[in-house]
Amino acid sequence: MATESLERILGEHPFFKGLEEPYLQLFVDCASNVRFNAGETIFREGGDADKFYLIRQGKVALETAAPQRGSVIIQTLGEGEVLGWSWLVAPYRWRFDARATELTRAIALDGKCLRGRSEEDHDLGYELMKRAAQIMEQRLQAARLQLLDVYGSGAGSKR
Amino acid sequence: MMATLSDPMAPSPFRVQGVRKETYDTFTLELLPANGATGFAFAPGQFNMVYVSGVGEVPISISGDPAKPRTLIHTVRSVGTVTKKICQPQAGSVLGVRGPFGSSWPVEQAVGSDVVIVCGGIGLAPLRPALYHVMANRGKYGRVALLYGARTPEDLLYKTELPKWRGQFDLQVEVTVDSATGGWRGNVGVVTTLIPPARFDPENTVAMVCGPEVMMRFTLLELEKRGVPSENTFVSMERNMKCAVGFCGHCQFGPTFICKDGPVFRFDQIQPFFVTREI
Repeated sequence: MATESLERILGEHPFFKGLEEPYLQLFVDCASNVRFNAGETIFREGGDADKFYLIRQGKVALETAAPQRGSVIIQTLGEGEVLGWSWLVAPYRWRFDARATELTRAIALDGKCLRGRSEEDHDLGYELMKRAAQIMEQRLQAARLQLLDVYGSGAGSKR
Repeated sequence: MMATLSDPMAPSPFRVQGVRKETYDTFTLELLPANGATGFAFAPGQFNMVYVSGVGEVPISISGDPAKPRTLIHTVRSVGTVTKKICQPQAGSVLGVRGPFGSSWPVEQAVGSDVVIVCGGIGLAPLRPALYHVMANRGKYGRVALLYGARTPEDLLYKTELPKWRGQFDLQVEVTVDSATGGWRGNVGVVTTLIPPARFDPENTVAMVCGPEVMMRFTLLELEKRGVPSENTFVSMERNMKCAVGFCGHCQFGPTFICKDGPVFRFDQIQPFFVTREI
């Protein structure tokens, strides 16, 4: 995909909203276009987390193996969402498996490269952390709601 | 002759015509008047008090099509003594029904606007009549989205209707479950995650929300974040209702009674009480 097109896609993505031009170009330099077929594994738990993905089309399931239950889907992510933050937090290992459940197109960003650039330029690092923190907060709130098991046996007992 | 509310405290007999198992603990009952009435008129969002002789009475939302009042439809989750009995009817069983009671979903106010219906668990049941109405009058509304969350794929209600709704070109249907095993091809995540990508114009949207109260709290925050005004957001509340006509006070919620002033409320009118734990 042409650099100009990648720049447009990244520039329009909510994750990069408000990012100044020089920084956006830096992200473009670290980005590549990727495609995963339905059923294809994107990364595996325990593997080196050196990338993250902006999903442009398709759906990805985050999974883990649970005793007696087999493969359990923790969450699915779709168009416009960001896949992966383990690349930002030591020891940089994936915590879950990620599998494309349908044909998925995404922009892969080189997290290792961005970590290095952020160490050199803390303004860039702050911009990156602000954006990552927002996604982490959303996922944390969703996980808390999931933990509450609001549709469990106690729900709706008045009726 | 339609069944009417001549004495709101006197149940009318309704015969169980059919029972459909929705999930392991939730059943949909078809009831026909057993007193010669030809049907049961109601507005989407209203509820009935359903009485099992010698056991007790519970409030149950009406989940059928308001344009087809011949049969009274209730979807009931078997969680307590009365609902367990309701969900295990003998052939030809008769239940007592008082109603319909309460306020309704703002299907007329929503004309000309986008409509987003957000529901969790059995919360789809009281919203199904509103969806039927909107779909029957589809040309009067803008974009329509149904966002539905359940615990697992096995807990989804109306499994034969959901794919039909999803197959309609003029209705966005998004379903998610809180957890699933590898065989599930749909979304996994809480229902609030369906709100940001849903297709509606927040400033010109009427939102209707029903589900467990915690789910509604998170949903309302997400709708607010998306820009839906609280005066365009409606919720269906649940409390321990007894008389259903505002006499007994069991369902008092701040200055209102859920049975008489609700169960459907415009959110800005109850917002101060919504997060008050003492009520």
